[in-house]
Amino acid sequence: MSTATASPGRVSGADSRRLLRAAMPFVSLIVILGAIFYIQPRSMSTFGLDLLLRLAVPLAFATLAQLCVMTVNDLDLSIGTYIGVTAGISATILVEQPILGVLALVGCVAVYAALGALIHLRDLPSIVVTLGMSFVWLGVAISLLPVPGGEAPEWLRTFMSLKLPIPSPILMLIVIAAVAHIALMWSPYGAVLRGVGGNARAVRRAGWSLLKAKVTMYTLAGICGVLAGMTLLGLSGAADARMGERYTLLTIAAVILGGGEFVGGRVSPIGAVVGATTIWLAANSLLSVLKLPPEWQIGAIGVILIAVLALRWLVGRVGRAS
Amino acid sequence: MSTDGGTLAELGSVKKSFGAVHALTGVDLRVDAGECVGLVGHNGAGKSTLMNVLAGTLAPDEGTITIEGADRTPHYSVTAAHEAGVRCVFQELSLCPNLTVAENARIMHPHLGGLRWRRQAAGLISSELDRIFPGHGISTKAIVGDLPLTQRQMVEIARAFTVTDSPAKLVILDEPTSSLDAVVAGQLLTFVRRFAEEGGSIVLISHLLTEILGSADRIVVMRDGRVVITDRASAFSRDTLVAAMGHVAENAVESTEEERDRSALPLRVRTELQHGETINLLAHEGEIVGLAGLAGQGQTRMLHRVFDGARGGAEVRGTVAVVAGDRQNDGVFPLWSINKNVSVGSLRELVRRWLVDDRAEERLGATWQDRLAIQTPNMDDPILSLSGGNQQKALFARALGSKADIILMDDPMRGVDVGTKAEVYGLIRKEAEAGRTFLWYTTETEELEHCHHVYVFREGAIVTDLPREQVTEQKVLQASFRDST
Repeated sequence: MSTATASPGRVSGADSRRLLRAAMPFVSLIVILGAIFYIQPRSMSTFGLDLLLRLAVPLAFATLAQLCVMTVNDLDLSIGTYIGVTAGISATILVEQPILGVLALVGCVAVYAALGALIHLRDLPSIVVTLGMSFVWLGVAISLLPVPGGEAPEWLRTFMSLKLPIPSPILMLIVIAAVAHIALMWSPYGAVLRGVGGNARAVRRAGWSLLKAKVTMYTLAGICGVLAGMTLLGLSGAADARMGERYTLLTIAAVILGGGEFVGGRVSPIGAVVGATTIWLAANSLLSVLKLPPEWQIGAIGVILIAVLALRWLVGRVGRAS
Repeated sequence: MSTDGGTLAELGSVKKSFGAVHALTGVDLRVDAGECVGLVGHNGAGKSTLMNVLAGTLAPDEGTITIEGADRTPHYSVTAAHEAGVRCVFQELSLCPNLTVAENARIMHPHLGGLRWRRQAAGLISSELDRIFPGHGISTKAIVGDLPLTQRQMVEIARAFTVTDSPAKLVILDEPTSSLDAVVAGQLLTFVRRFAEEGGSIVLISHLLTEILGSADRIVVMRDGRVVITDRASAFSRDTLVAAMGHVAENAVESTEEERDRSALPLRVRTELQHGETINLLAHEGEIVGLAGLAGQGQTRMLHRVFDGARGGAEVRGTVAVVAGDRQNDGVFPLWSINKNVSVGSLRELVRRWLVDDRAEERLGATWQDRLAIQTPNMDDPILSLSGGNQQKALFARALGSKADIILMDDPMRGVDVGTKAEVYGLIRKEAEAGRTFLWYTTETEELEHCHHVYVFREGAIVTDLPREQVTEQKVLQASFRDST
């Protein structure tokens, strides 16, 4: 049987490629962590790890928001300023009038859902729509917080500074990754959602609503954005309209580093969370332990990002060659 | 309503138009329970459109859809078709390449849920694969995109027969064997017979008439959006079937110059043998060379090699232009006018004083609008205002309007209507007589009749070369499939 005999070799090649791709974010995380521990051995403690990784939690949420949108072949350029809005609401309205605050956050999620519907129904390029929205969100954030300020709700601050036997950011990252993995990779509807990215026509022909799938993904992205804003606020204590701006491009890099693709519905939530952690460490902790002068830091972040992503490309190439 | 031998599905005077093209002009079709209906006809006869209507993916402009005696016409959709037990395996693959085999099975079954859905989906698809293609060797955990085309098609076929809450009463197979090898295709046809004997219904579309004659109980012949003949399969022979389809009789294009001595002509293209190849491709001045075989057997790659010239391992004497077959992906510039789309192939010749000469550009466009009868009021209109066939004409104009000696054509007649085809064939022959060389990848056997020489591809290499007088559909097909059976 020709097909039967030909298959094992091919599939095992594909398997090893997939394994390599899945291992990639972990390898880069270990490399970056190793470098930090080598330069600054004191960071290898519960307290040190807590300090190193705590700000990776909001980035992980933001990355999952981006991943939701990228799963259906779109790109979200507004996630950064959206986080500014959700953090701003949590630091102002949510403290003064909790019910109104919750409603405002739900409203933000509803706007995200509506954007998903708009992009699908009018067949608009997501990049354009979300780029436009990024300015809208920034405007909203600035009118909420003309000057940096506000105050994180007490319960949020307490939650973000929980002291546990193991560093709480690690626990949170694991829980986030696990929940996202179950939702997207294990749940029966998750397969359909990823299928939309792979072959939307096939999914529609099987009788699924593409509109519902897109709205679901954008809603999830909106919720993740709220969680990112709140955790960021809980860690920093006060809000600033521009506090999330840098996140937009970091989240895209993190999804890609985590083994995702821009199109085709190939994503990995666990990889993305690990990728977010790696990028956070590379972009901040590594630079501060290296004691680089501040004027060089932004440039250095870029160089590290390129290096890390090039590594992924290299691994992909080796995998294909074998 | 008894299902035994009764009418399962019935389409009544179904009409469907796409713009000015009447794909279906009032078609009646009946499928009985326990019956395998063979549906044949030329490309563009409306077979696929009709099946899309039956499967619920296209809403007809007019007509009725009746399933098991119930009129389902209003709100007929994919979901409604599924509930009624109508499944379809489409010509182009409908699997998600980023999902596993089991996950793809799940997409078909909306009610497959719960914690064990993954195991259930895997069980469904693997038992169906075992039933249809024993010894298939496909893992349900494999990502579909990693599987070779044959196995993907096997998965898609098996998926159509999986049953959860709604039954599979009628399965439409649109060219199911096009990328299966002979052994697997045989397994499928055996299964089709068994399925029909157990009371299921099948609509089988195939360009391989022996498959239709061997498997169908009844044959429906379509031509130009209508059903022209319906009869028991035993009433047809291969020849009467071909005649009914209105096929150009096999020797319709008489070879005007039987005795061509290839070697006497100046050489234009010669490929070097790469690993695993035993025959190299030659093309001479004034020749139309056909690249045949099943779809995706390395023909496009060969065209790329010739385009790359020395870098691709081919000796190429002359300039090269390409007519893309995949219009959307590598053909048109969607935001440009028709004229710009045509002239982009000859910009170098249109330059005067370092700038493109507008008037020369217009003249070029007008000439080719005329010669190819591109149907548009204005060549400055956007290219997307044209129908698919006319867009393809613009792509032909781009290649033929350039000064290229060698024209590479990558299955360029996809989606082109019969009338246009005839015009373009004539033009190609005329241009070849004027000294141009054509390399023509085609999946339609009758187009090979226009070629002086045909190379048949299988698994990435040329397996046979045939001079024109030896080209028959049977020979090409024989060479296309592995010899082992």
